[in-house]
Amino acid sequence: VFLFLRQVSVPSHFRSFYSWAVPGRPPAQSARSGSIIYQPHRTSPRHLDPPFPFPKPSPHTPNTLSMALRTLAAKKTLGLALGGARPPAAARGVATFTLPDLPYDYGALEPAVSGEIMRLHHQKHHATYVANYNKALEQLDAAVSKGDASAVVHLQSAIKFNGGGHVNHSIFWKNLKPISEGGGEAPHGKLGWAIDEDFGSIEKLIKKMNAEGAALQGSGWVWLALDKEAKRLSVETTPNQDPLVTKGSNLHPLLGIDVWEHAYYLQYKNVRPDYLTNIWKVVNWKYAGEEYEKVLA
Amino acid sequence: MLLPVRGLPAAPHRPLTHPHSSPAPPPSLLGARRRRPSRRLSKVVSYYGLTTPPYKTDALEPYMSRRAVELHWGKHQQEYVDGLNRQLAISPLYGHTLEDLIKEAYNNGNPLPEYNDAAEVWNHHFFWESMQPEGGGSPEAGVLQQIEKDFGSFFNFREEFMRSALSLLGSGWVWLVLKRSERKLEVVHTRNAINPLAFGDIPIISLDLWEHAYYLDYK
Repeated sequence: VFLFLRQVSVPSHFRSFYSWAVPGRPPAQSARSGSIIYQPHRTSPRHLDPPFPFPKPSPHTPNTLSMALRTLAAKKTLGLALGGARPPAAARGVATFTLPDLPYDYGALEPAVSGEIMRLHHQKHHATYVANYNKALEQLDAAVSKGDASAVVHLQSAIKFNGGGHVNHSIFWKNLKPISEGGGEAPHGKLGWAIDEDFGSIEKLIKKMNAEGAALQGSGWVWLALDKEAKRLSVETTPNQDPLVTKGSNLHPLLGIDVWEHAYYLQYKNVRPDYLTNIWKVVNWKYAGEEYEKVLA
Repeated sequence: MLLPVRGLPAAPHRPLTHPHSSPAPPPSLLGARRRRPSRRLSKVVSYYGLTTPPYKTDALEPYMSRRAVELHWGKHQQEYVDGLNRQLAISPLYGHTLEDLIKEAYNNGNPLPEYNDAAEVWNHHFFWESMQPEGGGSPEAGVLQQIEKDFGSFFNFREEFMRSALSLLGSGWVWLVLKRSERKLEVVHTRNAINPLAFGDIPIISLDLWEHAYYLDYK
């Protein structure tokens, strides 16, 4: 198996903190994998350290700085060696998460979302969230067993960010489908009726989600949420990588649209409204309908 | 603007904010013109404009490509300027300098809708000023002394700056600020459009960490 690393030569003080984990081919098509799997990722090469010298902490660096540096200089991202070595965390019973495969090719969502964006989004961004989430969980486990309360609290933002990123993106890949496989087809059945009841029509729903998505300042997500208790649909936005449950513990995500700039910048530049208009062509309403019926069953 | 009647000094012009404009006399094709207020200039509204970076758009290569600068300045910042002007047309916050507008609109943590655009306009203007072609290296004189006093060494400051940048989750900015009350330099990061001016501190340099600032070049 021939694997190669993409390298970009940039000045050290501007290096991206994203890891260098880019295998040469997209992951094979497969059934959607679950989130907690105790096995190495199939296509991960043995990763080399980033080639640039990461600044060494000074002797007076506090603990938190070195922890942060370790989290961010992720050495093993998808990175479990193909020999099947288990990460130490798994041996201690800490669940590790792996990057789920996309149920379609990177280029399958063209022209709504370009293949380059899908590839980077999946292999770099989502993979980094997974890796950093695993690291944060390891550190959390260590802090909990030591009884270090302030370290536990300090890790919360990293867990919310990276864990939320993993959760949100895992839902996002399922929310999209190539046009040839039914992407963009309007919802039928119970979800369709619920949309008509709660929003008036699907066009009105789309318009509302696009408006909220475009108005969101900075980075975040816009969701079509189902309130399990009230049995109502609603449109919500969450900032950064906060998952939908942060807006309400009864809320279940049916559809989420990533409005971080990395989700559309290479193709749509700063015109977020165009991205939002076009992404509806590849939205997987079938998944949303199934989730709707599953939650309300 | 009015042109002087031949041989006589220019007639004083009417205040431009006069609400009524009198009908203009037919233009004379020969020589002297009469005093004639321009109908178009009868109402003046102040607005904010897009400042230009103090260097050409390709001057920051290879660290920031020409395309990135043109998009960042020409599209993003321009959009913020236009949005700000649109909002101010119907807003009570009128006639401030940009810094004052930011402080007012921040409203002590409860930002008014004009805050985002105003702050982003200022932030980007400051960002371009924070960089220069053939820049980099280390500071000199007073700034260096203060950095060494507050961070220990320039290397420590750089490391602190990068650490702050990497620990920012989401979109935002990293700043080297002079804290007014504490009278020392500090590195802070702020989310989205928040700006140290709103806290009364003095920014020295800034770094845009919204993804649009680096995505084209560094992905």
